[in-house]
Amino acid sequence: MFLEQLSNGIALGSLYALTAVGYTMVYGIIRLINFAHGDIYMMGAFFAYTAIAYFNLPLVPSFLIGMVCAALLGVFIAKFAYTPVFNAPKINLFLCAIGTAIFLENFAMLVWGPETQSFPTMIKNEIYTFGGFKFTKLQAVILITSILLVLILSYIVKKTKIGRAMRCASQDMVAARLMGINTNKVIFITFALGSSLGAAAGTLVAMYYKAVYPMMGFSAGLKAFVSAVIGGIGSITGAMFGGLIMGIAESLGAAYISSGYRDAIAFIILIIILLFKPTGLFGKTVKEKV
Amino acid sequence: MGNLADVLIKLSIATVILYFVIKILSKGFDKITDIIGNMEGQTRRKLIYIIVGILLILPLLISRYPYILRTSVVAIMYVVLALSLNFVLGFAGQLSMGHSAFYGIGAYVTALLMVNFKISFWIALIASAIVAGFFGFLLGVPTLRLKGDYLAITTIGFGEILRLILVNWIKVTRGPAGIPGIPSPKIFGFTISNNIGYYYLILLLAFFTVFISSRLLHSRLGQGFIAVRDDEIAAEAMGINSTYLKILAFVLGAAIAGMAGSFFATFVHYVNPDNFTYMESVTILCMVVLGGLGSIPGVILGAIVLTILPEALRGIALYRYAIYGLLLILMMIIRPGGMIDMDRLKGGKKNEDFGGNRSNKVIWRTNSSK
Repeated sequence: MFLEQLSNGIALGSLYALTAVGYTMVYGIIRLINFAHGDIYMMGAFFAYTAIAYFNLPLVPSFLIGMVCAALLGVFIAKFAYTPVFNAPKINLFLCAIGTAIFLENFAMLVWGPETQSFPTMIKNEIYTFGGFKFTKLQAVILITSILLVLILSYIVKKTKIGRAMRCASQDMVAARLMGINTNKVIFITFALGSSLGAAAGTLVAMYYKAVYPMMGFSAGLKAFVSAVIGGIGSITGAMFGGLIMGIAESLGAAYISSGYRDAIAFIILIIILLFKPTGLFGKTVKEKV
Repeated sequence: MGNLADVLIKLSIATVILYFVIKILSKGFDKITDIIGNMEGQTRRKLIYIIVGILLILPLLISRYPYILRTSVVAIMYVVLALSLNFVLGFAGQLSMGHSAFYGIGAYVTALLMVNFKISFWIALIASAIVAGFFGFLLGVPTLRLKGDYLAITTIGFGEILRLILVNWIKVTRGPAGIPGIPSPKIFGFTISNNIGYYYLILLLAFFTVFISSRLLHSRLGQGFIAVRDDEIAAEAMGINSTYLKILAFVLGAAIAGMAGSFFATFVHYVNPDNFTYMESVTILCMVVLGGLGSIPGVILGAIVLTILPEALRGIALYRYAIYGLLLILMMIIRPGGMIDMDRLKGGKKNEDFGGNRSNKVIWRTNSSK
């Protein structure tokens, strides 16, 4: 029972981590809680679903199509909804993100209908045991895909030129621009990367629960956000740990404490961690200069 | 999926129309703001008397249209809620996204007291305000350590935890089934049972809230709030106790939201956890920001417009929330300061150059270096 819940938790946690990484990247660059991230995740799942159900494509191409379309959507949103308000007060950016989230949810409802669509079973439900540790093939796929994607992402951020530009821009946007970095390009690439990771997570979740629906991004987005904050928003390692902590705590909490309070567990952990470490586990404390 | 092209075309048309409508209205809002801002004290008082007079006789004129009457009651209730959030967000500059929790606490306290203990509405109203205010205090304490985004997520968490308690604590709250049969309030032996009665009741509460807001804004305390909002460190250096002020803003906002919740409970005679979700908090937040953060006429206008808009858009039922989302984005792009911008209101045209260039470290921070 415990080990089963633990493997559930790890699969769930790696999905939260994947979504949270997207959140954290966008936050790192433009200091915006991208409330639309959960809905990009939903749109990604719908894109992949469309590719599978309407165009009869196999799983891997559909998965990639979902990621690419979501990346384009992310850039589109950044271009038309976020960049025009970059220089306005921060709360405006915040409301733009909320507006985008509301818009995307309702857009999905208009196009695909408000009811839950069943996501076709693409991976057979086989159960493996590994030293008393039971897990399904799907869980293994989820874990491996998540690890792979995060590794690719950290390679991009740490080793490539654009990754260095991203790190510069996250430290100081103005100085980065003065050093000749095209910060607009950096912002768009960050949005593209974050959104495609979100879409990957969305598609995996849709496969895991065999369902896609327009409101699926809402609570997932909120939880990914909580994961990102637990880890210290802006830190990619933090987001991964935050996601795993959340996934495991939620699975175990739902099994041993009460399933009704399943969603509350995430927030209780959040509040406890923030009370003791106001910038999250891996967050840096920024000294405020007067 | 088949109607993708159709949806895209309709939404693009809606975007273009909205863009121009907001552009045109924007000029109008600037005019109104300047007129209010430059008004002499005497004229302004006269204008307020006229508005109050219209509001007082309004229900008698529209009593034949029950739908409009009911919508106006709801709109005024949202005015109270938006103004209560304005204490926290507009005055003290703390980004609270769990405001529906206080509203919910007020509604449930009233419902439980009136249904289980047959307590009079007026006592329940005060009890709701006190209990909600206490929870505001509880939420206000962590804000001493948290800022901006961290505060936002903590308040969201608070709201969600409260909603889940309402859903799961079945013994007391009856869970998702909600509490039905909340009696109508009585005053001097009369029972307020029709919407006209409720209209006057909520109008009274709204006047009370507007009165507190405007008196507070011009008092020592209110100026303290503004100072904390604009620059907390500088405010502290000037000897303002920012800890006390921030908690006070939370308590005040929560207590008034609790009173609105209390009214809501008797108005619809039924409460259930679905009325107090995160989306409700977001709606209230949008009202405050869209109307104009910190500016009392702006917030009132924002609440009224955002209550009426979804009702008015009922004709295009399916599209209305997509359009609502578009409206938020376009408003924020075209009119960053909200409908009635507080800075412009204060300084008339003189402040025009500073529009949208505020530099508060908590909410207002722009995306430059720090």
